[in-house]
Amino acid sequence: MTTLVLLTATGLGLAALYFLVASGLSLIFGLMDVLNFAHGAFVSIGGYVGWTVADHLSGTFGLVGSLLAGIAAGAAVAAATELAVIRPLYGRPLDQVLATVGLGLAIPALLQAIWGADSRTWLLPGWLAGTVNVAGAHVPTVRFLLIGIAVALLIALRLLLGRTRAGLIVRAGVEDREMVTALGIDVRRANSAVFALGGAAAGLAGVLYGLYQGSVSPGDGTSLLVFAFVVVVLGGAGSITGTAVAAIAVGLVQQYADYASASLGDESVVILLAAVLLLRRRNLQGRPA
Amino acid sequence: MTRARFSAPPVRYRRIWRNNWLRALIVFAVLYFLPYSTISIPGVFDGPLDAPGVLQLLAVCLVFAGLAVSYDLLFGHTGVMSFGHGMFVTAGMYVTTILVNHAGYALFTSAALALAVTLIASLLLGAVALRVGGIGFAMVTLAFGQAVSILVISGSPQLTGGEQGQTLNSSAVPAALDGVRNTANLYWIALAYLVLCAAAVWGLTASTPGRVMRAIHENERRVEVLGLNPYLFKLLAFIVSGLLAAGGGIVYLLLLGGATPTVSTSNFTLSLLVMVVLGGAGRRWGAIVGGLVYGYASQSLTRVSGSSAIAGLPGILRGPLEQPLFLLGAAFVLIVFFAPGGLAGRLAAKTTTTGIKEG
Repeated sequence: MTTLVLLTATGLGLAALYFLVASGLSLIFGLMDVLNFAHGAFVSIGGYVGWTVADHLSGTFGLVGSLLAGIAAGAAVAAATELAVIRPLYGRPLDQVLATVGLGLAIPALLQAIWGADSRTWLLPGWLAGTVNVAGAHVPTVRFLLIGIAVALLIALRLLLGRTRAGLIVRAGVEDREMVTALGIDVRRANSAVFALGGAAAGLAGVLYGLYQGSVSPGDGTSLLVFAFVVVVLGGAGSITGTAVAAIAVGLVQQYADYASASLGDESVVILLAAVLLLRRRNLQGRPA
Repeated sequence: MTRARFSAPPVRYRRIWRNNWLRALIVFAVLYFLPYSTISIPGVFDGPLDAPGVLQLLAVCLVFAGLAVSYDLLFGHTGVMSFGHGMFVTAGMYVTTILVNHAGYALFTSAALALAVTLIASLLLGAVALRVGGIGFAMVTLAFGQAVSILVISGSPQLTGGEQGQTLNSSAVPAALDGVRNTANLYWIALAYLVLCAAAVWGLTASTPGRVMRAIHENERRVEVLGLNPYLFKLLAFIVSGLLAAGGGIVYLLLLGGATPTVSTSNFTLSLLVMVVLGGAGRRWGAIVGGLVYGYASQSLTRVSGSSAIAGLPGILRGPLEQPLFLLGAAFVLIVFFAPGGLAGRLAAKTTTTGIKEG
């Protein structure tokens, strides 16, 4: 029982990270058809900027500071990427993807040049470093922080997309970009906003991944990115609820399978992906293929 | 002005050069005779062309070029973006090594079995993954490639050697391919592999299925409307390119003398994409040029990164320049921006002004 609780808590913690990365990825892909390979780099940048803040400010203040700094760094880099790299290549979707591939290679190498290839240890504030007793299992407190933030983001995104005019434009853009443009609405502004929003979530994920592992290293973002892609494919591009469900499924399957046998977790995620692809005859947007 | 600089050669030679098969024959013949020459090109290579170190470097370039050609069949000719190409290279490399080292099979039997395994694997994977189109396919193949990578690195260290990789049992390697003195033979094997890839891909793209692949690249919906099933042609391209990649894995294994998990990483597949785009996707010589240039650059950038010229620079400049991936990634973005046709596209644009058609 304690093992089950512990596995579930860890799985949900991972699911929270996957959701943070995949939600931005999914919205960007749904709205702009850009598969953003630089998204993992945004995660890493958020992680390192957050680590630098936490390194200078200790305690809870440092934690809040690093979370905010991670969000700001992720959003800033993503917005700059959209402006400088994605927008000039508008109308050349393949080149947009290729350019993000180049960024995805170059940025982690740059981070490695600045902060070194070895992982940097992240010291948590005292109240976060402990464990919480759930049904006899000692679950690290960080897991609850991850889950709490992910749930908050899910609710915030649902409200933003469902209740505001900006959200309406994004949802309409995901459905049919040309039609929205034809109605006289500038989708490009929505593109920038979604990119910055996704980058902010990715930067936040970078900080949280650092807290989760207790360290940051240049390859963190890239390793999260692969599973975030799986989550996007499973959840359907542009669907926030689908992304959340898929993230939970991937996180839990990975943890349970890992318990059965080490390194089986990652394989079982891919098997899950293959099974879903075989059984479902729909394309990414959720429309019949 | 341009006309004056690129003064056109006499018509007789131009006609020979324009014939693609003759041109290929000339290029490959020159490459074939390289190990016999003792010319040294200072600043480009460390020693004369027949030195084992230089031949090894050139052979790796040739293997990369062959792999790039195999990737281009999918990416440039059929318009299918796969991020799992490295897993077929891994399959060729690791199945051969494991069969030789742990099952005691001969090298050729193991290599043949590795190709058979790849054939089945690419058929199954392609059948599943091609059900999602476009970018979704890229994500799915990336996930599968990652699964293979994790399997190789941490699945069974006794079998695969984990992060260190595994040395190929040297008693199984024929004497003609063993040792530094025989580097020339390895070079010729790498060249033969490149010729095989080029012939297979050029032959296939000139055939009827190849024309359908090109049509899928241009407009998949139209191919469907014409009553053809794009799925089957994409699957064919996927299997052929997978088999060629596995062959490349086997040749690379011989060159390195052992299996290395770097070929399974997503960065390796991305580097194949960089080669193809660098050279010019879907062009006859694009992938070959890209593979050779990338192979040379990636091997000598590591050397430049550690050189004294870089070490003398102030820290803020030195850091990024010591990272080959940073330079390659940044160069890649610039190429996407400013030279969408790649190097071959550039060359073709220039030679067209002298009256020679691009090839």
